[in-house]
Amino acid sequence: MVKAAKDVVPDPELVRKLSCLSSSALHLKGSSSASLSSLELTYITDFFLALAICNSVVVSSPSQPRHMVPEAQAPLKSLEEIKLMFQRLSFYSFSPPQIKGSPRSFTSKLFTRGKTSSFTFNTPPNNSTDGSDPALECSQDTCKLKTKVDLPDRRDREDSAAMSSGEDLENLMEIKADDDGVKQNLEGMGGDGESEEDIDDELLYEAESPDEAALVHAARAYHCTLRGRSAESLLVDLPGIGSLVVQLLHILPFDSNRKRMSVVVRHPVTGQVVVYTKGADSVIMDLAETQKGSEQAQEIYSHIREQTQKHLDTYAREGLRTLCIAKKVLEEEEYEVWLKRQLLAESSIENQEELLLDSAQRLETDLTLLGCTGIVDRLQEDVPETIEALQEAGIKVWILTGDKQETAINIANACKLLRSSDRLLSANCGSRDACGALLEELLSEVQHEEEREESSLDSTSSFILVIDGRTLEWALQEELKGSFLELSCKCKAVICCRSTPLQKSKVVQLIRDKIGVMTLAVGDGANDVSMIQVADVGIGISGQEGMQAVMSSDFAISRFKHLKKLLLVHGHWCYHRLANMILYFIYKNVMYVNLLFWYQFFCGYSGSVMINSWVLILFNLVFTSAPPLIYGILDQDTPADTLMKLPELYGASRTTKVYIPFMFWINMLDAFYQSLVCFFLPYFALAGSDAGTLSFGSPINTSALFIILLHQVIESNTLTWIHMLVLVLSAALYFGFVQLYSAFCVVCSHPTNLFGVETLQITQPLFYIICTLTTVAALLPRILFRVLFNSLHSSAPLRSAQRDEAAAERYRQRMKLWNLKHSGASSLQVHADNPGLEPIEDEVVS
Amino acid sequence: MGKAKDKSGPLGRRPDNSAFKQQRLPAWSPMLTANTVLPFFYLLALICMLLGVWLLLTVQSTQEIKLDYTELGNCDQCFQLRKNVSYAAQTCSCKVEFSIDRAFKGDVFFYYGLKNFHQNLRRYMDSRDDEQTLGRKNKLKNPSSYCEPFAKDAGVPIAPCGAVANSMFNDSFTLTYHPSRSRTIPVPLLRKGLTWYTDKNVKFRNPKTDNLTLAAAFEGTRQPLYWQKPVYDLDPHDPTNSGFINEDLIIWMREAAFPNFKKLYGILNRADASFTKGLPKGNYTIDISYNFPVQYFQGRKEVVLTTLTWFGGQNHFLPIAYLVTSSLILLMAVVLTLAWWKFGKDGKNMKE
Repeated sequence: MVKAAKDVVPDPELVRKLSCLSSSALHLKGSSSASLSSLELTYITDFFLALAICNSVVVSSPSQPRHMVPEAQAPLKSLEEIKLMFQRLSFYSFSPPQIKGSPRSFTSKLFTRGKTSSFTFNTPPNNSTDGSDPALECSQDTCKLKTKVDLPDRRDREDSAAMSSGEDLENLMEIKADDDGVKQNLEGMGGDGESEEDIDDELLYEAESPDEAALVHAARAYHCTLRGRSAESLLVDLPGIGSLVVQLLHILPFDSNRKRMSVVVRHPVTGQVVVYTKGADSVIMDLAETQKGSEQAQEIYSHIREQTQKHLDTYAREGLRTLCIAKKVLEEEEYEVWLKRQLLAESSIENQEELLLDSAQRLETDLTLLGCTGIVDRLQEDVPETIEALQEAGIKVWILTGDKQETAINIANACKLLRSSDRLLSANCGSRDACGALLEELLSEVQHEEEREESSLDSTSSFILVIDGRTLEWALQEELKGSFLELSCKCKAVICCRSTPLQKSKVVQLIRDKIGVMTLAVGDGANDVSMIQVADVGIGISGQEGMQAVMSSDFAISRFKHLKKLLLVHGHWCYHRLANMILYFIYKNVMYVNLLFWYQFFCGYSGSVMINSWVLILFNLVFTSAPPLIYGILDQDTPADTLMKLPELYGASRTTKVYIPFMFWINMLDAFYQSLVCFFLPYFALAGSDAGTLSFGSPINTSALFIILLHQVIESNTLTWIHMLVLVLSAALYFGFVQLYSAFCVVCSHPTNLFGVETLQITQPLFYIICTLTTVAALLPRILFRVLFNSLHSSAPLRSAQRDEAAAERYRQRMKLWNLKHSGASSLQVHADNPGLEPIEDEVVS
Repeated sequence: MGKAKDKSGPLGRRPDNSAFKQQRLPAWSPMLTANTVLPFFYLLALICMLLGVWLLLTVQSTQEIKLDYTELGNCDQCFQLRKNVSYAAQTCSCKVEFSIDRAFKGDVFFYYGLKNFHQNLRRYMDSRDDEQTLGRKNKLKNPSSYCEPFAKDAGVPIAPCGAVANSMFNDSFTLTYHPSRSRTIPVPLLRKGLTWYTDKNVKFRNPKTDNLTLAAAFEGTRQPLYWQKPVYDLDPHDPTNSGFINEDLIIWMREAAFPNFKKLYGILNRADASFTKGLPKGNYTIDISYNFPVQYFQGRKEVVLTTLTWFGGQNHFLPIAYLVTSSLILLMAVVLTLAWWKFGKDGKNMKE
């Protein structure tokens, strides 16, 4: 992850422009008004500053884990820190911008020079700070000058900064665990930025979301480095200016209603109060609609907006995650007024949330668009293969994402959910009635198509429903639920884009309750938590999006591709194991307890038992307790590689083919038969003889034990040494117990005193003759059933296993070829289609 | 230390890469198909067949004779007498005659049998005190409450207490051989050595006598209500067979598994010159001291004379069961062979 997040390759053109502008600003120093290029520089600097600070990223380094807060460091270790001290002093003592400029630039100059020689490149711009100040003010307040129109569109294209995938946690963890790895990585990085010192390489950003970290890293690639964060201030390196302490006034955190976050800072250069806002493109574009100022400036601005919108659309089509950055300069009085209200809201007890929201919304108005970003959301490895396998296994895959529709479709395309032959049904509408009509229309279209296909016997194309958040809101309402469900059932897959966390959970709930299927939700972000909790099976992908999804999930995986193994192998096994173990448990108890039942016919229905009471107690508790558990833990009805190769085998467990009434009744019947045999063979063998009650119970109990244990051997699909050990131990424990018990306990467990019974029994041939006959006769039907079942009506898994066995060599060759072909084709397609996309969250409905 | 270090870090909770935890244990799959189990089936059928034949031959060599003497001959009078409990004190004896066509060779065992007597009834089985018959002094005078209502008789403790001991079978038999009309030879029966070793020597002990007579050891106890004589008088001639270690009592105290059962009464003493080879053929009579009433539970009483085999008495069920099982296995094996022949000979047609 570290590698991925930091692998920002700066746009050379932009870098050139930036450095060119920085140096040209030097020449412009002292000019009466800001030039075109200095205004552009202002914008660009502002944009990167916003990227670096408009977040909640915590900076740490391996040597100083967690907050690298300048203030917190008591012993001053380096010149860097002394410099910071000076800066802060200067900052606080000379707060008016007019006076503050020169001492700060002086200090920074002094210390940057003293620090390292590599900073020489950046030194000249430092001197320009004074000069650019008026220019900046001018550009922002009056904006008389004609700016280059595409300036705010300077995008931050992080071509390889793909990291929102959030599922890269595994990598992250590996690197964290291995400090050397980090260093190597970072050192490798250090080579890129020539102006960066060694200490820079130690910086680690810990962000709430990978997007934030990506943006910070992107800003850093353009030498706008976030160096530290404390509660009141941020330390930022700016290109051509050097380290600056930015006084942090407020953070208005992100929420899903506003879909944006803001920071209020005192601008380090101008000293003005500036609001930087970062948020969803639609929201920011709405808020930054108009610009105060002259007609000309407005014209320019609207042009900029149009350009930006175009870029945004392009990004979305490419499957990038888009964000917009905007700023707003506040007058001191304006800020004072707002501050009062904000403080009031913060300190209020009632309706605090509403007041805070209100306050934030009042602040985030009349924004000036700075630019937009597109973050590559790299698809994890093997996602298409995984989704393909899940679909082959008969699982319906839905995508519920907060991304834009274009992005979502692109992702679906990249993960092969969407094929070229599939027909896309888009549902976007503005009102409930329109939505209802649209759903009906789409439904009739699908039905019509189906009829056509039936007649032409050609069913190649299938439907994919794409529905956006607003339409989903209508579709989830009571009146339209029905048609939405009907439509979605007819579709191969459903993609819900721009959906809120609540909508995601509502969709899952709707499917789960109305269609009555088993739902599985996979997600990696905090916005998937509600969905994961609602679904029957919630799976969290641990990654950069934090641990919320993982903590609310039933199962946590580290990569999306592991879902295939989790479902196809472990899900399959788990179902078979559970089903078989439960059947075995029921069988075992019915079989054993029935023995006592049959005896009641011969003891005057008095509740007598022919088995010692301790043996009765321990039979289930000790003698036959471990084998079913081992059976339930270790049994593998089909080898893992076969299950991975043939996803359709999952169908048996998906459609619950094992734990069915038929199997249950077969088991009951068998249990009854076995108990009959186990009781009546010894009965007839001993009827009319001088056998005592316990002497009669002894062979019964012994053969019951053997029948139950051997029954499991017959039923087991795999036997390991653990099975063997447990089976042998169970039998040994039984014999050991009864022998010792009947040898030493003279007056125990009245009235079923076992004393002398078992020790005598094992010396008598009759005991063995009875036990052998009973065990063999009791197990015959089961073994016959198994053999016939396996030989004639062999199930698909067994068939494939036999196929493996029969034509192992040929089959392996074919599979190898097949694998080769497939892996080659699929990997090609992923990269060709979209090198960087990722399904944020998939909802798998089976 | 090294292990603890391994457990830290983000991967600390990763399960070990062991065969068990990763479910990669080498496993044997008992793929039960026709071809794999057929040899086993044929072998099993053969073994069962041989065993069945052997058992059958063994059983054929045994001899057994059963006599239901409940109302047989002049025992009918005694039967009628025992209907009325007020004549319980009256003795009644009768004689039963029978003849043996074929000599009983080897050890001959003399059993008495009861029918419809539920010794396995739960409350009946409960009603005994193993600690008392183990000879524990405190229990002798203070029998367990399990024995109620046969624990005390008018405040005096009963020894041995409980329903099981109380209902002890008390008919006695004398077997006589009639080689000719005039000659009679009493058939000697061993009345000792009939019980399990552990019962006679460990589970049943008389209270410690301390050089007192047995009667003194049982001082302060009373005989069970239905008994005609106290427990220390069960075998007046042999103190090692009297009291709690009386073998008839011990045998009776092993509750039978079924309502119809037999219990060992005696073994032919082959030391006697006339019976070294067993019971010769001829006429026999049994003199019965008829005490045990059975009409209250619609029961029957019988005498069984039998020779035993190495696996028990004359029981045709086991050999037949073995033979039947063997033929069932054979049948299944044939069916499976056909199935194997027709369908899955080489697993080829399993493929489609």
